[in-house]
Amino acid sequence: MDKVKNIVIAGLGGQGVLTASDMLAEAAFRAGFDVKKSELHGMSQRGGSVSSDVRYGAQVLSPMVPAGEADVLLVLEATQIEINRPMLRAGGVLIGPDLLPEGALKNKKSLNVALLGAVSTLLDISQEHWMAAIYANLAEKLHKVNDQAFALGREAALQGSIAQHP
Amino acid sequence: MTTAERQLLSGDDAVALAALHAGVRLGTGYPGTPSTEILETFDRLGGHAQWSPNEKVALEVALGVAFAGARTLVTMKHVGLNVAADPLFTAAYTDVEGGLVVVSADDPGMASSQNEQDNRHYSRAAAIPTLEPFDSQQAYDFTLLAFEISERWKIPVLLRLTTRVCHAKTIVIARGPVAGLAEPRFEHKIPARVMIPAYAKPAHHRLRTKLAEIAAWNEAEGPIRMDAGDSTLGIVTTGISAVHAREAAPEASHLTVGMTYPLPIERIRAFAAGVERLVVVEEGDPVLTDDLRAAGIQAEGKPEMYRFGELDVARVRRILAGDTSPEAVPPKGKPPELCQGCAHREVFQALRDLDCIVAGDIGCYTLGVLPPFSAMDTCVCMGASIGVGLGLRHVLPEDQARRVVSVIGDSTFVHSGLTGIAEMVYNPPATGHLVMILDNGTTAMTGLQEHPGTGRLLDHSTTNKLSFEGIARAMGVQNVQVVETTDKSLSLKDLIAELLAKPETSLLITRQPCVLAAPKIRFYDKAAAGSAQLQSCAAAVSG
Repeated sequence: MDKVKNIVIAGLGGQGVLTASDMLAEAAFRAGFDVKKSELHGMSQRGGSVSSDVRYGAQVLSPMVPAGEADVLLVLEATQIEINRPMLRAGGVLIGPDLLPEGALKNKKSLNVALLGAVSTLLDISQEHWMAAIYANLAEKLHKVNDQAFALGREAALQGSIAQHP
Repeated sequence: MTTAERQLLSGDDAVALAALHAGVRLGTGYPGTPSTEILETFDRLGGHAQWSPNEKVALEVALGVAFAGARTLVTMKHVGLNVAADPLFTAAYTDVEGGLVVVSADDPGMASSQNEQDNRHYSRAAAIPTLEPFDSQQAYDFTLLAFEISERWKIPVLLRLTTRVCHAKTIVIARGPVAGLAEPRFEHKIPARVMIPAYAKPAHHRLRTKLAEIAAWNEAEGPIRMDAGDSTLGIVTTGISAVHAREAAPEASHLTVGMTYPLPIERIRAFAAGVERLVVVEEGDPVLTDDLRAAGIQAEGKPEMYRFGELDVARVRRILAGDTSPEAVPPKGKPPELCQGCAHREVFQALRDLDCIVAGDIGCYTLGVLPPFSAMDTCVCMGASIGVGLGLRHVLPEDQARRVVSVIGDSTFVHSGLTGIAEMVYNPPATGHLVMILDNGTTAMTGLQEHPGTGRLLDHSTTNKLSFEGIARAMGVQNVQVVETTDKSLSLKDLIAELLAKPETSLLITRQPCVLAAPKIRFYDKAAAGSAQLQSCAAAVSG
């Protein structure tokens, strides 16, 4: 694979944006790719906008996804979609919090993992690496509920409820 | 390559791992984004790390460790090096025995800082060899290299990181622990360590000799990366800018300099001779550009507009194209705010209601400047609230002077507030003054670190605890009051108004644990109580 895959994850502080990007970066890392992940910490716990860039491929140079070059934009909070949309390339895919119907998740906090399930249908990383990466970033008691969230997100994406950016 | 050999680490974590492998005996520092995680990770990996009251003390402790012949790492954010500058400049004259590496984590773009100063100026001003990594692997490698250089030339070394190097995770292959380090042991070396003029004069000459030798080493075998490409464009770069530049101009020739002070100027001159156009790509101030030009190398710098903020691939493309058209303004996100349930909210509401003139300080509570409170009038640097508040009091007309309040956090108070209290007691304004310590029991903004006022060490175990009220009383502050902001019987507004009405010096401490830290503090207290009980049982048994 020559081309670097660019994924941007965005939301508000406390939603699990950084955890999700840690999981994605680790999954790509376990799959043997070169990986870089970058975000700005500091104010993220104070409820402000947070976004994190993950890039992987044969060789990644800059750790930041250039604007207009994201293959996938994953957004955990509806109000954060428009401010992050300029990150998407033409033909890139937006995955938003409305992917799953209200109440579909047993635990609302696993939305980040559910959306990663949807992302997983677009990336060349095997299920085994995804699960290992997710487990490595969560307490054991949360594994089961996140297993289910990941599967739900994946299923929703496979049924075609994600859209390409024009 | 198996995952057992590779690790995905942030730059901060890579420095911590390298410090462990380098045999660092003690890591010191003061929390500051983006440097904070280095010592936390070093501690988690089994290293011995301590938070100091401030960066100056941290560097002085480290200097003692180095004089004792052990390796030591000092970490801070860029503005922390201003506080540590006094020991830094003269430490450069001394001969350190154990390696002394100072980490300066700069914050171009000010993700979480009050300015975007470029600390590469300190390298030149203090004559400190400086390494600038562009990813976590280099952060790891350069930390180890910094210790070697420090010990070979008996000189402190600056490891200059930036936000994107500190916080980006990239792949690291570690080398493992260094063997054969000497045990700490004191030897008298008076002329090398006592900087009275008689010893400092020759020491300055020694420093310049060391730098000349290091420059020669950098020319011959320094960490320089050459990516040969088209000869029409040559790029000289360092740090995070190097990876942006290689992505922005993959066809160009790139010379990535790892040690940027003292520079391998002849290597750069030779590179320049082989390309038609030479551009320096660097974040922040035109430090390398000026150095190259001073050495007579015809180098293009960047247009002034790129001095501001971080660089990225798009901005480097614009620099190379000489594009100075206005940049697209990224959409504004939701700003951070004081947490729901945060005790600071009540304080700023009261200050706003009383129409106070608020000299503020550095921490979460700086968010009091934002709506709905808009209750802060100045914020400059750690501890400045007290001095600035006093200055305002001294010259403002009485009706305004009486409304001036200095607001400072607990960690910031220990860092740089004590001398401000001394000033208030020594030079009291005619209207008196009110200092408020918003004590939330943690260094909240940087991620809940301990400090000398919490009674817990970096690893959250128990230690001695400073009493702010005790200090203020001993220093001679006339009114010292402590209130719990959760106390519903109390009107904070009335209390502040009462203290402002007195022409006396006052310290009001509002105390309530940070809502993010409270559950952790309860956990640490419980653990401490448990271990105290265990110890008393053990004492009873052995007694």
